[in-house]
Amino acid sequence: MAEVFFFLGAIGALAGAIGTVALRNPFYSVLALVVHLLSLAALFLLLRAEFVAAAQVIVYVGAVMVLYLFVVAYVGGGADPISTAGRPSLRWASALFAGALFIELSIAILGSGLSILGEEGTGWFEGFGTPSEIGRLLLTDFLLAFELASILLLVAAVGAVILARRRTGLEDQREISVGDLMRTGSRDQLTGGEAGTMIEAEGPPGR
Amino acid sequence: MSVEWYLVVSALVFSIGAGGILIRRNPLVILLCLELMLNAGNLALVAFARAHGNQDGHIFALIVMVVAACEVAVGLGLIVAIYRRRLPIDVDELRELQG
Repeated sequence: MAEVFFFLGAIGALAGAIGTVALRNPFYSVLALVVHLLSLAALFLLLRAEFVAAAQVIVYVGAVMVLYLFVVAYVGGGADPISTAGRPSLRWASALFAGALFIELSIAILGSGLSILGEEGTGWFEGFGTPSEIGRLLLTDFLLAFELASILLLVAAVGAVILARRRTGLEDQREISVGDLMRTGSRDQLTGGEAGTMIEAEGPPGR
Repeated sequence: MSVEWYLVVSALVFSIGAGGILIRRNPLVILLCLELMLNAGNLALVAFARAHGNQDGHIFALIVMVVAACEVAVGLGLIVAIYRRRLPIDVDELRELQG
């Protein structure tokens, strides 16, 4: 029975991956990646990694992919041609490189002579991969990695806000931001201020 | 299922992601292909964790997910900044590093 589920998950993961690369519209690419991530979560469940599978579904499919969809809708990524006009040879070279990479990886994995290859693994025990075990490991053995990950998330959030900030002046002079509101305290002096990041959320005050 | 089946699937997904990064020119799709490669690594990590009965691989996979989320946040911020400057969303045409 596990074989059936493995092949279902593997086919779903590979189809999602190929769809991500091959579909022309970025919106459909994101949806194909969602299929890929869900299939991968099924494979994680087969590998008794309950918490990783749940985190995959909630964090990736729930949060990161929605972020992608918002940006695709904002940028309006229409169908772009996969290959440029005069360079089909580069595309074939890329496909050839991918095939060569797969062959090399397969040789490196299957020819490595690891003793674990060819068996299912015997180390599974009761409670393997459950949230309590993962939480215990994160707060004891891997506390430094946990804290560093939180600092990295904070830095990335601040960096994303600074990168996506509008640097030039406002297009619509009536638009205000929360920062301007806090700086002056009055709405009369807000017309010439610098833009913040909450403009889209706020909108013009008369709306 | 023995562990090498999972490893072969992981290698296939990694190769597809690498090929996609080389083929596609839209930076959004390039970020998606990066996600493919990171997830292939995650699958190999979790497969080895299952085979050895050691949960350290799960922690590694979770930290990789955190790093991927950070990369997505910064990458999408860059794409939005490019779009705001009315530049083409195409990595072949974004060749100059002047501010």
